[in-house]
Amino acid sequence: MIEIENINKSFGKLKVLDNVNLSCKKGECIALIGPNACGKTTLIKSILGMVVPDSGVIKFNGHSIHKSFEYRASIGYMPQIGRYPDNMSIRGIVEMVKLIRNHKGDLDEELFEKFKLKELGNKFMRTLSGGTTQKVSATLAFLFNPEVLILDEPTAGLDPLASEILKEKVIREKEKGKLVLITSHLLSELDELITQIIFMQDGKVVFHKNTGELQVESGEEKISKAIAHILRQQQT
Amino acid sequence: MKRIAKIVGTDILRNRIVVVYTLILACLSWSVFALEDNSSKGLLTLLNIILLTVPLVSVIFSTIYIYNSQEFIELLLSQPVQRKTIWRSLFYGLSLSLSISFFIGAGLPILIFSPADIAWMMVLMGCAISIIFAALAMLSSIFTRDKARGIGIAIVLWLMFSLLFDGLLMFLSFQFAEYPIEKPMVAIVALNPIDLARILILLHLDVSAMMGQTGAIFKNFFGTHVGIATTFSILGLWVIVPYKISLKRFEQKDL
Amino acid sequence: MGKTFRISVNSRFYIFIPVLFCYIGFTRTFVVEKNKNIGSIKKALAMCKNGDTIIVMPGTYREGNLIIDKSIYFLGKDYPVLDGQKKFEIVSIKASKVVISGFKVQHSGYATLDDPGAIKVYDGRDVIISNNILEDNFFGIYIQYGRHCVIKNNRIVAFGIEEQHIGNGIHCWKSDSLQIIGNSVSGHRDGIYFEFVTNSLIWKNTSTKNIRYGLHFMFSNNDSYISNFFKNNGAGVAVMFTHKVKMINNVFEENWGDAAYGLMLKEISDSYISGNRFKKNTTGIYMEGTSRIIVEKNVFESNGWGMKIQASCMDNEIRSNNFIGNTFDISTNGDVVLNSFNGNYWDKYQGYDLDKNNIGDVPYHPLSLFSVIVEQNPPTMLLYRSFMITLLDKSEKIAPSLTPDNFLDKTPLMHSLNL
Repeated sequence: MIEIENINKSFGKLKVLDNVNLSCKKGECIALIGPNACGKTTLIKSILGMVVPDSGVIKFNGHSIHKSFEYRASIGYMPQIGRYPDNMSIRGIVEMVKLIRNHKGDLDEELFEKFKLKELGNKFMRTLSGGTTQKVSATLAFLFNPEVLILDEPTAGLDPLASEILKEKVIREKEKGKLVLITSHLLSELDELITQIIFMQDGKVVFHKNTGELQVESGEEKISKAIAHILRQQQT
Repeated sequence: MKRIAKIVGTDILRNRIVVVYTLILACLSWSVFALEDNSSKGLLTLLNIILLTVPLVSVIFSTIYIYNSQEFIELLLSQPVQRKTIWRSLFYGLSLSLSISFFIGAGLPILIFSPADIAWMMVLMGCAISIIFAALAMLSSIFTRDKARGIGIAIVLWLMFSLLFDGLLMFLSFQFAEYPIEKPMVAIVALNPIDLARILILLHLDVSAMMGQTGAIFKNFFGTHVGIATTFSILGLWVIVPYKISLKRFEQKDL
Repeated sequence: MGKTFRISVNSRFYIFIPVLFCYIGFTRTFVVEKNKNIGSIKKALAMCKNGDTIIVMPGTYREGNLIIDKSIYFLGKDYPVLDGQKKFEIVSIKASKVVISGFKVQHSGYATLDDPGAIKVYDGRDVIISNNILEDNFFGIYIQYGRHCVIKNNRIVAFGIEEQHIGNGIHCWKSDSLQIIGNSVSGHRDGIYFEFVTNSLIWKNTSTKNIRYGLHFMFSNNDSYISNFFKNNGAGVAVMFTHKVKMINNVFEENWGDAAYGLMLKEISDSYISGNRFKKNTTGIYMEGTSRIIVEKNVFESNGWGMKIQASCMDNEIRSNNFIGNTFDISTNGDVVLNSFNGNYWDKYQGYDLDKNNIGDVPYHPLSLFSVIVEQNPPTMLLYRSFMITLLDKSEKIAPSLTPDNFLDKTPLMHSLNL
């Protein structure tokens, strides 16, 4: 569904993405992990077209996303730190995005209800806590039933309850055959969700494996431990 | 496109600064006309105020607004919206709302108190200046990520057009006082949108006779159809060029 | 009582009869009327003698050039029309003591060489031209070598478009002791033109919308013009190469244009300008090479420049005037100050008056920096009302550095004079 071929990106002298090649398919739930500043967010933003790669091609359903925008209608994106116009209310934001998307199909307002955002509808974005803002971001990401979900650090700042709601939602969506791309550096969180892992470091993809493979290789049950194991192996 | 421009426009119009700006313009205009017994003098006083505040407010407000819209831009970028559309919407929103607040604040009293042709000229020029400086603001804000620096550039742009340019022009006119400089002066002064607007309005205000030969040249040229076309082309270029450059940069920009 | 009265009546009657007899006996009256005895003016002119009266009845008379070479009363009834058919000078007066009154004189010939006029006086004395309507003529009333002539209450209108193709309304040349009173002139080249005319009076005339000057005045000493109204003339009023002129209570209004002045003075000396009103002129008074002129009790209002005083002017005194709402009150091209300013009211004055004597305690600098800059370099006027200029002017007001610092009114008034 998403093909990434030989992507390079530098911010000034800093090489953020170094010849990245990836392929993501329908029904997968991929964890994009790696240490801070390894290029995860840049990669995601490249897929979204928010960052323009220096070279290489990103294809969405077989078509290059360069200078195209319609493909984003099939993506739900939840940013790491959701930033919204200060002087708009939650309802205002949701309504605005609906207006912009001009979505024809059914809306998925499950999260909106489960996060109880309706009661907070009139609150302005500047008054919201980080957690509530994340709830808004999550709601927006799922609202239009997108085929692809890209979640950047989805659980950061969410309380355990909300975290749980979100995870369940992700699992359900995955089961519907959607592609889910999650970044996180809290590995333990992802255990129950993911089918694949992409590990990045210094702008390079270190490995891209199925969770099963990984567990077999490392002999660990828990994914987080499996990864830690592999990392340790690499360092030595 | 329309939807987004509408969102931006209503957002700006609700913005407190724009409301205050409109109110200040209104206060100034109404009081100027109330205090001056003849409308032509009132217009001259108002002209000074407008040529000072409108570009300043337009450029600084627009710059700040674009920096503050960073979140909004990001939000839109993750949606199926073209980059061009976003930038254009911002520009339309800014130009439209600044023009509207100019029209409500200063335009209405001008239209009420002054003869129609000069009043419309002034309203038109006020709107043109608002839009030009919104375009310049888009240019200054795209060149640097740092808000403080962006505002700095905006202020420098404003200073350049309302002060330094005229200073330079005066310097040149004294340097070349021995030569027939009237025509070059007119040509150079037309390059500055603020000066162009100012002189066009002055020419409608009878002050043209005081401008002697230079005024006559200006009037002879800018009074003709070709002249009017040239004027609006120059003003148009001041809108299009900075905007297009900023758009090009925005399309390449990483967010 | 009654008897005395009767006698007195009788005696008067007896005195009157011979007088009446003389009058009837020695002067005659000719009535010119179409299809009557005397059907043409020329015929009447040929028949009459000095002292006779010709009365012209209504109608249009196209008789070419009428030459009046006898001292007669030439009177029109209900404005008979004398038409020059654009070919002739209409009335030529070549005698003294001629009275011409009550005509409508129109369509005089046009020639650049001999200046045909509607009514032209050649070397006459005591000629009275009054109550005529002159329309669409090359020159209106033309007087050369006239003495003690009176031009009164005539209405002179022309429709000139270009300076070269139209003459003056009232044109006086090499004359003395003229009285030009209560006329109105418009649409000519110059409304009233004086050259080498001395000891004359111009009083209560209205001169508007003339192509060049409302009043044009050269080499004409010892004249006065009083209570005239000059409005909307191409270049205002020009008074040049003259001494001892009195200009009192005139109104100079809306002489607005590139080279227009309310009043332009060039090489004038020992003259007196008082009680005039200069309103909405590009320049109220322009002075060049004037000396010993007193300018007092005038009002300068809403002009581009109140006064432009060139460096060639000296010993002029400008006192007790009101300067209100002018773009620039004073401008000069020199840096030496040879003229004095005293006790004027300047609406731009921002000083204070602690001792409450209605005289500001700090002197006023009527010269703004920008006016000096513009005077040196006229194209910079293009920067008028620019923010930079406003700043410059403000800073110069606070600390004068570029304008001559002795160019000032030491006794500026706090309140405007009641003029």
